Amino acid sequence: MMQIMEGSHAVAEAAKLCRPEVVSAYPITPQTHIVERLAEMVADGELDAEYLCVESELSALSVCLGSSAAGSRVYSATSSQGGLMLMAEVVFNVAGMRQPIVMSIANRALGAPLSIWNDQQDSISLRDAGWFHLYGEDVQEMTDQHFIAYKAAEQHDVLLPGFVCFDGFILSHTYEPVDIPTQEEIDAFLPPYVPYNKLDAKAPISMGMYAPPPDYYMEFRHETDQALQRAGAAISAAGKEFGEMFGRDYSGHTESYRMDDADVAFVALGSLCGTVKDAIDEMRADGIKAGLVKIRTFRPFPATEIARALAGVPKVAVLEKNISLGSAMKGAVGPEVKDAVTGTGIDVYSYVLGLGGRDIRKKDIRAIAALAEKGVGNTFYGLRTEVL
Amino acid sequence: MTAAELIATAAFKSGVYSQAFPAFGVERRGAPVQAFVRFSDEKVRLRSQIYEPDYIVVQDSSLIADVDVFSGLKAGGIALVNTENGNFEGVPEGVKLITIDATSLALEILGLPITNTTLMGAFAAATGEIELESLEEALRERFSGSLAEKNIAAARRAYELVKEGGQ
Repeated sequence: MMQIMEGSHAVAEAAKLCRPEVVSAYPITPQTHIVERLAEMVADGELDAEYLCVESELSALSVCLGSSAAGSRVYSATSSQGGLMLMAEVVFNVAGMRQPIVMSIANRALGAPLSIWNDQQDSISLRDAGWFHLYGEDVQEMTDQHFIAYKAAEQHDVLLPGFVCFDGFILSHTYEPVDIPTQEEIDAFLPPYVPYNKLDAKAPISMGMYAPPPDYYMEFRHETDQALQRAGAAISAAGKEFGEMFGRDYSGHTESYRMDDADVAFVALGSLCGTVKDAIDEMRADGIKAGLVKIRTFRPFPATEIARALAGVPKVAVLEKNISLGSAMKGAVGPEVKDAVTGTGIDVYSYVLGLGGRDIRKKDIRAIAALAEKGVGNTFYGLRTEVL
Repeated sequence: MTAAELIATAAFKSGVYSQAFPAFGVERRGAPVQAFVRFSDEKVRLRSQIYEPDYIVVQDSSLIADVDVFSGLKAGGIALVNTENGNFEGVPEGVKLITIDATSLALEILGLPITNTTLMGAFAAATGEIELESLEEALRERFSGSLAEKNIAAARRAYELVKEGGQ
């Protein structure tokens, strides 16, 4: 049923509908409303789960790791440096131990200087940790991605954790209409979690063992990478099945918007895509042929799909709410897009924008298209030069 | 933000697509805060803040001295200001100004100086963008029991006052 709801509350509803058996999280802006609502649901008996209060995010994800290893479906949510970055050690271990935990990331900038506002530096900075990354454009998409994430993560040929990322405040604190499925519908889509193996006192196994230097470590890393590559197909299959059941298809790792005959294409992740779509409509009305390739799945990186979507477009502007400090292109996404179209003659540029909550307007998108046309890129966009 | 959320909810219940979101300055009670609402017959995709609003609601007229609250308001737009004495300047040319003493109304009806619901009633009357019934539905969802009824009474009273031509 369509209802109007805050993004965070829609995420909490989605998490509840997935029937997690264990929830552990530590509140951090702008994720707080999600875990507050889940705590209420558990306290009110609306959600039959263990809600474990802990003293830090490091403990929260450690609790999740142990609970998942014991065979439970587990949920957490976090954000930014005091949250996701404090978890970082465990983030890598969760993937290495192949535990299909789903964690919501309300994207927020990293300090210093301190910022509670949105960019995507937090999740992008953990792109190499072995989790799959989904990015939502609006409250509907980010809600639905939770169902898809569990379904994909728990496939026995995947067994990897996933982030469901959405822009802090811009989506977490926005009220907008969203269709929340019923419990019966989600039960039909997402069956109970069947662990491949689990910690069991009667049949003991070990996880996360010491790998003596020359013998096994590289093979474990290889297998984790192989599994993450397979996660792509699992996400796509789950997205297709979800579409068949709910009418909202997420089989694509990307979504193309007005890409036919485009002279300039934007590539972006998350809520910015909505603003870009509106800007493209205006530009098209003025005779500027622009289009968008939205990235829904950032890990595994959908290089083939992106190459197909961008085929024949002369100029590509990658809009980056992150900075890979010290890198040549500045943004972290640009080099991967560039690599995907290597040898095609397509010019790919990164534009770092919207950091720390700097607002992004349609006119900014238009200005970036003009820069790309001129071949000016791999730069910050929208710096206040008067304060530099 | 509560007012923006309630306006968006009421608009949604009136049958249009709506979006409400905040822009906090600092995280503390009493600091100036902006919240934005968009309505449309189509899905709202745009996520930037609103720079040229059709309507501005000012919850506390003491802000007007410090912040250019009317910035960007379109000619023909409506400014709805909560004020006791109407003693402020800076309303742009061509803007329809509506004032209401929402604080006194809220104190009288709710017993608290929280003006969200009174201003919503005034907004509905001033703009015609949301139906009073949708507003009441939104308030019943948000509050329960006597609190809902009190807030509905406050919204209705403000609605009527503005319909009668302000005060």
